[in-house]
Amino acid sequence: MTSQQTNTQLDPKPPSGGRVVMDDVAIRRALMRIAHEVLERCEDLERLYLVAIPNGGVPLARQLAANFKQIAGVDVIVGILDTTLYRDDLKLKAERPLLRETEMPSAVDDRIVILVDDVLKTGRTIRAAMDALMDFGRPSSVQVVGLVDRGHRELPIKLDYVGKNVPTQADEEVRMSGSGGDLSGALEVVVMPSVPEGSGVTR
Amino acid sequence: MIGRDLLGIEDLDRADIERILETADHMREIGRRVIKKVPTLRGRTIVNLFFESSTRTKSSFEIAGKRLSADVINFSASSSSLKKSESILDTARTLEAMDPDAVVVRHAVAGVPKQIADVLAAPVINAGDGAHEHPTQALLDLLTVKLEKGRIDGLTVAIVGDILHSRVARSNIYAFRKMGAEVRIAAPPPMIPAGIETLGVKAFTSLREAIEGVDVVMALRIQNERLAGTYLPSVREYSSTYGIDREKLKFAKEDVIVMHPGPVNRGVELSHDLTDHRPSVILDQVRNGVAIRMAVLYLLSGRRQEGEPRLDLSTEEEK
Repeated sequence: MTSQQTNTQLDPKPPSGGRVVMDDVAIRRALMRIAHEVLERCEDLERLYLVAIPNGGVPLARQLAANFKQIAGVDVIVGILDTTLYRDDLKLKAERPLLRETEMPSAVDDRIVILVDDVLKTGRTIRAAMDALMDFGRPSSVQVVGLVDRGHRELPIKLDYVGKNVPTQADEEVRMSGSGGDLSGALEVVVMPSVPEGSGVTR
Repeated sequence: MIGRDLLGIEDLDRADIERILETADHMREIGRRVIKKVPTLRGRTIVNLFFESSTRTKSSFEIAGKRLSADVINFSASSSSLKKSESILDTARTLEAMDPDAVVVRHAVAGVPKQIADVLAAPVINAGDGAHEHPTQALLDLLTVKLEKGRIDGLTVAIVGDILHSRVARSNIYAFRKMGAEVRIAAPPPMIPAGIETLGVKAFTSLREAIEGVDVVMALRIQNERLAGTYLPSVREYSSTYGIDREKLKFAKEDVIVMHPGPVNRGVELSHDLTDHRPSVILDQVRNGVAIRMAVLYLLSGRRQEGEPRLDLSTEEEK
C-alpha cells in the first residue's frame, strides 16, 4: 500500500528537517479566534453544521464544536465527509487512493455548512467537498475554515476563516500531525522541504 | 498490490484482501444515502458478460457500477457458441472494440475469465467460473463476518454442503484461511473433494463434530435437481443430516451466525425459520455484496492497459 501524496496526510511525528509553522498552542488559539469570528458573523447558530474533511479536518472541527459550546452554549453537529470519490484526478492514476470515513449525521438542507480542512493549497479538495456536500442536500450557505493557507490556488476558491497564512514553495509539503501518533494529542503544522526527484527519499 | 484482474482469491495476499474490505466498508455508507451515487467512474464503461444465468450476482455488479456512475452494459452470449476457444476469442475481440474499463465474467467452465483476461486490455473480474472460484462472493462473506464479529483472525468457520461442485466453497476456503480463520468443511463423503486437506481445512462427515464451537456456519446451495440420486440418496436425507436448524446450531458458539450465498432451498440447507431470522445474515450478505463489488470496480477500473492489448487479436488476414 503506497502512502498518498496529499497535503492532508495522517502521519506520526514527521522526520526531522521540517519547519514548525504552528504548534499546539498556536493551533488552539487560532481555533478559538475562528470560533469567535464564526459566531460573530452567523445569524442563526441553530443552523450551523461543521463538516470536517478527513483526516486533518476532523480534530479541528471537533475542537471548533467544543469552542462553540464553551463560548455560546450551542451544540453544533459535526459531520465527516471524505472527498476521495469526487476527486478530479482519479482518471490519471492507476493506483486508487484509499478511502476515508464519511459520517454525515443528518441532511444539510437549509444548514449553514462550514467545511473544515487543515491545509489549503490548490482548492481542488474544497471543490470536491462542495460536490460531495450537494449529494447530502441543499445547504443555505457553505463557508470554509482552513487552519493553514499555503497559497498556490488552482481554482477560484477562497477561505472564509484562516488560521494562518504560510507562504510556501509549491513543491514543499505541509502536514499537520499529532503527538498521539495519529491526530490525537498535541497538534502541529510542519513545512517539509522539497525532496528532489530520484533522491530515493519517499514520504 | 492487487494485479490488474480479480480472477480468484488464490491470487490475493492478505494485504490485498484487507484493502478491498476496508474500501468496501467505506462504500457501504453510499448505500445508506438518499442519493446513492458518486461520480467516481463517470464516463467509464463496465461490461457484464454472463454466459451462465445469474440474477443476484449480475444485478449486484450492475447496481455497484451504477452507484459509481459507470455505464453498465449487460452482454449475454449463448453458452453453446462458446464451447470452442475460438468463440471466446471472438467475443473478446468484440468486447475490446467497445473499449470497456472493466469486464465482469461468469461462465460455467472454470478458467474462461482467465482466458478472456489474457487477451483484453481491460481488467477482468471473475463473477464465478465453473467449480473454480467466485472471488467477490468470498469477499462479501469476509466483510459480513468482519462486521458481525469485529475480526476474522482466530475465528472458526464451518462450510457445509456440496464442497466438490462449489466455487463459493473454494474461494471461501482460500479467503478465510488467508485471513487467519480456521476452516472446517462438512459434507456427505462423495461431496468432499479428494486432497481438500492440502488447502488447510479439516474435513468432517459429521455435521455435529464440524460445527462444535464454531463462530460461523456457512451453508452451500444444494443443486438438488442435478445431484439427487447420484451424489445424494435423497434431498430429504440430506436435509435431515446436513440441513441447518436451531437444534443443530446448539453445538456451535452461542453467538454463531449462519450464512448462505443464496438462493436458499428453504427447508433443505436451512430451516424455514433460519432462512428468515437471526442468526442468519443472508440479506446482510446481499447488501455487503454491492459494497464489495463497488470496491473491486473502484480499485481495478483504473487499470485498463492503454495501447496494445495484452495479446495480439488481429486475424491472420490483417497481419
